[in-house]
Amino acid sequence: MSSRTNISCLQEAKRVAIFGGTHGNEMSGIMLVNMWIQNAAEIERNRLVTKPFISNPRAVEKCTRYINTDLNRAFTPENLSAPDVQGLPYEVQRAKEINQMFGPKGSSDAYDVIFDLHNTTSNMGSTLILESSTDLFNLQMVHYIKKTMTPRTCSVLLNEHPQLKYSTTRSVAKHPIGLEVGPQPQGVLRSNVFESMRTILKHALDFIELFNSGVEFPPCTVEVFKVQERMDYPRDTNGNITAMVHPHLQDCDWEPLNQGDPMFLTFDGRTILYEGASTVYPTFINEAAYYEKQQAFMTTCREILAANAIRKAFK
Amino acid sequence: MKDDPRLLTEGEAEKVEMASLFLPALGRMAVCGGTHGNELSGVYLVQEMERQRKEKGDGVWPIPVTTVLSNPRAVEECRRYIDTDMNRCFSTATLSSPMTDSSPYEVQHAQELNNLLGLKGSADAIDMICDLHNTTSNMGLTLIHYSTSDWVTMHICKYLQTKITKVPVRVLVMDVPISDAYSLESVSKHGFSIEVGPQPHGVVRADIYLIMKEAVDMTIDWIHKFNSGTVFEGGDMEAFKFIKSIDYPRDPETRTLTAAIHPQLQDRDFCLLKRGDPLFLSFSGETVTYEEEGSLHPFFINECAYYEKGIAFHLAKKLTLTIPTVQVKKD
Repeated sequence: MSSRTNISCLQEAKRVAIFGGTHGNEMSGIMLVNMWIQNAAEIERNRLVTKPFISNPRAVEKCTRYINTDLNRAFTPENLSAPDVQGLPYEVQRAKEINQMFGPKGSSDAYDVIFDLHNTTSNMGSTLILESSTDLFNLQMVHYIKKTMTPRTCSVLLNEHPQLKYSTTRSVAKHPIGLEVGPQPQGVLRSNVFESMRTILKHALDFIELFNSGVEFPPCTVEVFKVQERMDYPRDTNGNITAMVHPHLQDCDWEPLNQGDPMFLTFDGRTILYEGASTVYPTFINEAAYYEKQQAFMTTCREILAANAIRKAFK
Repeated sequence: MKDDPRLLTEGEAEKVEMASLFLPALGRMAVCGGTHGNELSGVYLVQEMERQRKEKGDGVWPIPVTTVLSNPRAVEECRRYIDTDMNRCFSTATLSSPMTDSSPYEVQHAQELNNLLGLKGSADAIDMICDLHNTTSNMGLTLIHYSTSDWVTMHICKYLQTKITKVPVRVLVMDVPISDAYSLESVSKHGFSIEVGPQPHGVVRADIYLIMKEAVDMTIDWIHKFNSGTVFEGGDMEAFKFIKSIDYPRDPETRTLTAAIHPQLQDRDFCLLKRGDPLFLSFSGETVTYEEEGSLHPFFINECAYYEKGIAFHLAKKLTLTIPTVQVKKD
């Protein structure tokens, strides 16, 4: 195993942002961020500065996911370097602004940590979303949050898939973290979902405070669900869906799906089975926003990631 | 025995038994989906029914059924409405208001639907409209009608209550005069809404779709049996009558919410609310409680579309309706 000398020394995480309203109808993050903009006492810590921020205010005002295009897919290199011209989609313009304020993405001036708050109509419970399997800071933070929340559970989704990963709002930061809590309908605020998200953020900020004060976090392992494949609904030649998520799969996020298990139910009552050779762990099952992205659910596989011990680098 | 005034003679008993109400047969039924474009069970059910008609012909149902996608533009965009809530456009006043180029899309389209299925209030109006809806509230299957004395509709509701057992089936009555009734089904003579939840808007859940399908199938079944001469026994049935609405606690200046539905009220539609029961949990941790004298039943608890209407939930009184035995009037 790792020796006493195998400690990774990382830069202090002094600048932290909390984004709500990246999707204007995902209410927990919107209400939390607006609350903290009015009164930031709860998110203040001694050794870091935390900025609450509404990322897509026009979409929030209309209580819609986006105005022109999905903000959470808009942070591509092409968009971020697009010239300032008339007629740019609202979210592309906004992505450039956010990159200026909290980035530039990939530079040393970028914010240290961004938490991006989301809700889903899927029964995913509390989920933390990672974009890299080698970000030690994030792995240790996720491990701390999960340990502190016990016996309440939190799943960890890793999206490093070369074709399926996407350019998120939070990717502007050095350590991006997605918080996804469900199930909650779009446009609805559920008290239990709101409080779960609030608690996770509290633990996350506590971790950063401890880290910045010099605490050493020992080596750890984190179980993650790694994105494999996107499964679409069966569709007809016009692109309309011809089946629904099967009742046996509905709400079964993170549970094993085996060959021969029911997957879809057609509108006229026929069952379609999962034909994959190996067991997968589906997630984002029946997410409202993904009908237009051709996704009924994602498949994942379970993996254990190991993280070195970490502590703040001395100046 | 004859001396006891409470007991009926044989002749009198026969008279009571024969006191069925004879009502005209129901000629045609419309099944409407997508009145709100993001309430997907009804959208897909109507599309599936249209597909079945194309495949098997009109005889696929034992009675004549018209299928309608009520708000096609809203369905296309998967939104509740384009300009204004279509399901508030069917009062007599709105249906007869003059149209201009700047009239809201839904007001214009409501008048077209009135021409197709009505005219509301006339003898030519279609006999039955089942208007299909979903809600984010945990309301199971709720059947909504604007009057308490339409015996055909009440019998259909009673029939659905006995036939459908997978979820609670409740009857909600609004008790408004038909001219004031503003929803689509009031265009017909006996129409009612089939409301199924909980389902997020923009999502179709198989379990919710199947309940809605069963409700439509059983309604067609009742009408066919009634038209064929079956006698439907009267009796008592339970219904909920709308009393009033309660809004969320809001910031007086900005009008933004300062509390959410309390976890102990969330998902408990049609429970009995008593004085002191929790209603809301504020973001700063205080509980707001129910302080009225009378016990009422909350429903449409945390319905997404009602935030903009200033409604956290509605309150209803539970009643017992006595409905007569009915059978079809033979010509």
